[in-house]
Amino acid sequence: MLDVPRVEIRFHGRGGQGAVTAAKVLASAAVDEGKYALAFPEYGAERRGAPVLAFTRIDEKPILEREPILEPDIVVVFDPSLEPEIYMRGLKPNGMLVINTKKTVDQVVKLLEEHGLQKPRCIARIDATDIALKHLRAPIVNTSMLAALVRAAKVVRLETLEENIRKVFAERPHIAEANIKAMEEAYNSTEVVCL
Amino acid sequence: MSTNQEEGFPERFLGKKYPETMEDLPIAAIVPWPGSTLDVTTHAWRTFRPVINQDKCVRCRLCWIYCPDGAILEVDEEYTTSTGKKYKVSFKVDYDHCKGCGICANECPVKAIEMVPEMK
Amino acid sequence: MAVVKEKPREEQLPTRRRKIAATGSDAAAYAVRDADVDVVAVYPITPQAPIAENIAQMIADGELDAELIHVESEHSAMSAAVAAAATGARSFTATSSQGLELMHEILYIASGLRQPVVMALATRALSAPINIWNDYADAMAMRDTSWIMIFSENVQEVYDNLVQAFRIAEHPDVLLPVVVTLDGYILSHTTEALEPLDREEVLSFAPKRPRGYRPVLDPDHPVTIGVLGAPNWYQEVKVQQALAMRESRRVIEETGKEFGKRYGREYGFIEPYYMDDAEVAIVTLGATSSLVKAAVNRLREQGVKAGMVKIRVFRPFPAEELAKVLENVNALGVLDRAVSFGGALEGPLAMEVLSTLAVRGITKPFISFIHGLGGRDIFVKDVVEMYQKLLEAAKSGKSVTRTLFYGVRSRRGHII
Repeated sequence: MLDVPRVEIRFHGRGGQGAVTAAKVLASAAVDEGKYALAFPEYGAERRGAPVLAFTRIDEKPILEREPILEPDIVVVFDPSLEPEIYMRGLKPNGMLVINTKKTVDQVVKLLEEHGLQKPRCIARIDATDIALKHLRAPIVNTSMLAALVRAAKVVRLETLEENIRKVFAERPHIAEANIKAMEEAYNSTEVVCL
Repeated sequence: MSTNQEEGFPERFLGKKYPETMEDLPIAAIVPWPGSTLDVTTHAWRTFRPVINQDKCVRCRLCWIYCPDGAILEVDEEYTTSTGKKYKVSFKVDYDHCKGCGICANECPVKAIEMVPEMK
Repeated sequence: MAVVKEKPREEQLPTRRRKIAATGSDAAAYAVRDADVDVVAVYPITPQAPIAENIAQMIADGELDAELIHVESEHSAMSAAVAAAATGARSFTATSSQGLELMHEILYIASGLRQPVVMALATRALSAPINIWNDYADAMAMRDTSWIMIFSENVQEVYDNLVQAFRIAEHPDVLLPVVVTLDGYILSHTTEALEPLDREEVLSFAPKRPRGYRPVLDPDHPVTIGVLGAPNWYQEVKVQQALAMRESRRVIEETGKEFGKRYGREYGFIEPYYMDDAEVAIVTLGATSSLVKAAVNRLREQGVKAGMVKIRVFRPFPAEELAKVLENVNALGVLDRAVSFGGALEGPLAMEVLSTLAVRGITKPFISFIHGLGGRDIFVKDVVEMYQKLLEAAKSGKSVTRTLFYGVRSRRGHII
């Protein structure tokens, strides 16, 4: 858990990967744990494949800041093909990058260096696409990425997250269970390196 | 005639039938007195009055349907025509509310309604 | 349409309820469900659409026994809502932006016929250019329609305000339609904690009244609704309506207090924030209030005596309450999210606040700000900057005589 009273998380994905839902489910889990949370997407003209932004703020106290998160504590990147300049923008120097990639942590660091970007304090890497394809037969990585986030930053408990996934898919329990399997695998295979 | 008042809503919603001030006026000028148009006579509007020829009338009811003011009355009054045809009802004009528009005369398929000048 | 009797007093003590995560649209739909609305007439429009979708789902799932009227336009939606209310049904609709504009003609008819329709308005900018994001242009365009207007700051308030709206609208001393706003996206699509009430509680707080408590369309007891108002009576009908709007204050106040007594969240016309010793203050409404509060917190940490006032009830305008809390500030600003083009000041709320003070002989260095049009993000730092302007005004004792547009991408700087 990051040692700050408030955590600000920014999700970067593409339309259809479930970034908006991820932000909501995370907020929902935080509320279930008795915290205050705010989750909101950056709305444009929604279309599948277009870059998507979503935000979650979690705090012990009520949240008044209804502004977009410009300086997140954590960025969660759903799609390795997104531009590093965009997802690294404003990330706090002691912040964390949670990224879906086939690259190693060293290769991610190298990529950031190539783009002239400052390294975050911690990097959590996960091959969420592989996990999603295996369990869901579709590259919908949001649940796996949430599990990776929780493993790396412990913003909420994995069990609370899983309960919320069951709520989201209340009418389709087999989908809920497939997602939970993906989450368990993602949680266990996330590699966290603090630089 | 019965009104919603029997259901028990506050009297101020009802107002007075003939209000004089804002305080007497029912809420939103809703008229809770059914049939209030009966009290408003419009006979003075007429230049011509419709006169129904009971002998020619075939009791088709078209005048009754078309009258915009409901001023054609169907009354239980038997009538036997000059050719011996018997009718159980007759159509009359409510001269208190007829405005003399002439629609009935225009619509009558057997030209049984004549518009007669009011000025004598 | 069951009539629920008031619960005995001892059962009405505030109890701790479970919090759930919900968007403003969820909250609106929950309120409609819990108030056991009879007729919902909606036409979907962004960002109101999730409210309509949620209600349709609830009806399909049997959670709400209501008639959902699929209409072909917002003009029809409002017409159907008014007609449903005229039969005595608890009637609801929701819209945004252009949809509200299309309803406009019937907005006046709803209030003119004194029909207690309740509406949720997910606020959104008006075209052109076409824009689906938040500002208060749509809401401000209905300020003269004789609807009671309540602005919500967060998801909880969307729910609480709607529950109160039914009780206020249907009160025999009011009988005016009520609109509850939720900022488009900023509330309608934002997930946060919500503490909903039980349905029984909502129905005991805002009970359905017996059908005949006001004149309604009923074949057994006919009335005429929608008469001609000739010059000999039209003015009196309108003055009646204006008086009803004035008198609604008592009911709104009582309702907000009672809500607080029962559920621990009391609501007034305004919500002053750090106003006891404030030297500079900003007045605003809706979810924008949160940002202004955050700015006040930041300034207070720096030792600046900043305060803010949230206008919760915009119609009827809380002039007395507002004048009282603003009496002692040294400078005062109003943050609008809509433009009254060509107005004496271009901020609609600014003009209300200013006339409130002027007619009571209170003069303060005053600045009217406009920011956040068509979804332009307002950041806390922008509001802090507005407070700096107010501190300057307090020092110089001078007002800015024209409205300042903030955050503009202009060669002349970001303040125009």
